[in-house]
Amino acid sequence: MLVIETINLSRIFINKKTKKRIEALKNVSLQIQGGQIFGILGRNGAGKTTLIRILTTLLLPTSGSAYVLGYNVENEYYKIRPYINLVSGGENPGYGVLNIKENLFFFSQLYGIPRKLAKEKINKYIKEFGLEERAYNLVNTLSTGEKQRMQLIRGLLNDPEILFLDEPTVGLDVESSRFIRQFIKKWIEETGKSIILTTHYLAEAEELCNLIAIIDSGRILALDTPSRLKAMGSKEILYEIETTPLSLEFLKNIRGVSIIQDKYLDGKVSFKISLENESLISNVINKISELGSNIIYLRKKETSLEDAFINIVGRSIEDD
Amino acid sequence: MIKNLILNIRACLGRAQVRFIGLKRDLYWIPFDVLLPLLGVSTFIFIYKSLKMPPITYTFVILGGSMISYWLNILWSMASQLYWERMTGNLPLFFIAPCSINSILIGMAVGGIYATSVRALSIILLGIIFFKIPIYWQGLPQAILAFLLTLISLYGLGMMLSSIFLLSGREAWHLSNLLQEPIYLFSGFFFPIKTLGFWVASLASLIPASLGLDSLRQSLIPESKPFAFLSFEIEITILCILSIIYIYMSFILVKKIEKIARREGRLITRWQ
Repeated sequence: MLVIETINLSRIFINKKTKKRIEALKNVSLQIQGGQIFGILGRNGAGKTTLIRILTTLLLPTSGSAYVLGYNVENEYYKIRPYINLVSGGENPGYGVLNIKENLFFFSQLYGIPRKLAKEKINKYIKEFGLEERAYNLVNTLSTGEKQRMQLIRGLLNDPEILFLDEPTVGLDVESSRFIRQFIKKWIEETGKSIILTTHYLAEAEELCNLIAIIDSGRILALDTPSRLKAMGSKEILYEIETTPLSLEFLKNIRGVSIIQDKYLDGKVSFKISLENESLISNVINKISELGSNIIYLRKKETSLEDAFINIVGRSIEDD
Repeated sequence: MIKNLILNIRACLGRAQVRFIGLKRDLYWIPFDVLLPLLGVSTFIFIYKSLKMPPITYTFVILGGSMISYWLNILWSMASQLYWERMTGNLPLFFIAPCSINSILIGMAVGGIYATSVRALSIILLGIIFFKIPIYWQGLPQAILAFLLTLISLYGLGMMLSSIFLLSGREAWHLSNLLQEPIYLFSGFFFPIKTLGFWVASLASLIPASLGLDSLRQSLIPESKPFAFLSFEIEITILCILSIIYIYMSFILVKKIEKIARREGRLITRWQ
């Protein structure tokens, strides 16, 4: 089932003082099927959050259209709202004067969840998220990780058909990030609902997402599965090999093979080679045997999502 | 329809509960919202005492002092509240929720009325104990009517202002300041607004606290009738009209402002 569709979606912000136009989104057309984690990967300022804000009915598009669960975000937003929720990283909505349970109960009431049911859900999630001991602590005494767990519970209270996660692990420690990632995977498996995840953490996108859209300067530059995106990375075929002592001169005589790096250490030779085609590796292996050396280690270097990102966007995700 | 009504009642009570809990948990309101205002009110009482004014003037001032609590609540906890909700990141969550933003505003008002009434009653109680202010208890039913209408129109105005303030950035803070001190003068918190003259008093009557206070004084201090701006009945009628206008306008404004905010992205900009 198609849960999200955007057609030539654009959003322009105008700085009132400088009159400068900023095109945050440019003709974005997407079709997102339900029951999966759809990732939107991009650098800071790429347009990820703007897209999420439009899809969560907080922002109107300047042109084009967007449909969530078949409803137009522009004039049918009230039909969308009961079925979605949003959790943003680095933000701590709620009231400092209330404890975790009270805050969650307040947010549950914005969805009209009956009192008893709301309390049951809150207790269930608090247990599942390991916040039992902190349930009666005021929110302003919680750690960043605990606050974010509370926010994720808040986002689940209305059993959303689509959960929008905007950089949900930003600024979190390793353990909290891992917990959130594991929960997201489990939730999707158990409920079959949909998650739209924006992130600039490549490993997170690769681990969680069924499909990833790479966005830069407001445009979708690529959209595919993580493995296919990685294939769009470097076309080079790279191998890392470690052998017993050996002169690498022989490699210069094999056409289509070039040495990228070599190291001689503790009586062993480690080297990285680039091949023009896959079949050349058998020539290299045979030659090593002929020269009386033993292969200790051999690994084909996979292209990473980062390689693919650089190849597609033209710069690293962390570059300013 | 009924499902929608229940949703909005739940949202309203949920938001009101935040204030109920806050009042119970954060006890700073006792020194800051009761004792300090009482000191300010006492100044006027001592001035009237030194001028050998009759004790009804003390009642006059104490009632004004308690009404100031409501006005401050309107400015800082209603009008500016949505602005603060935006700063804390709550506002986008209010808007993506299926309930009406008005139900949240009404919840704020209900919570605000409860919290402020505790404060206002404390001021009156301390006034009765310390200054032995005379009160005409037979006028209590009329006073309750005037008081309820004043609250409805006052909080209707608060809801309306909160929508307007939402579109402002840091100016919300200045707007609240701007509306705080001058209203002390024009609403006649410490003296009858009749003294301001007909036209100024008429303009001041747009703030429900002005007419509300005048009608409260008429009911609880019969000797104050010669100083009343308009008759009790007329003031009550005007308060009814103001209630309808302000509440209606707040509903209209919220819709319009949500549209503007979604168009201009103001629901998401923070600390501007």
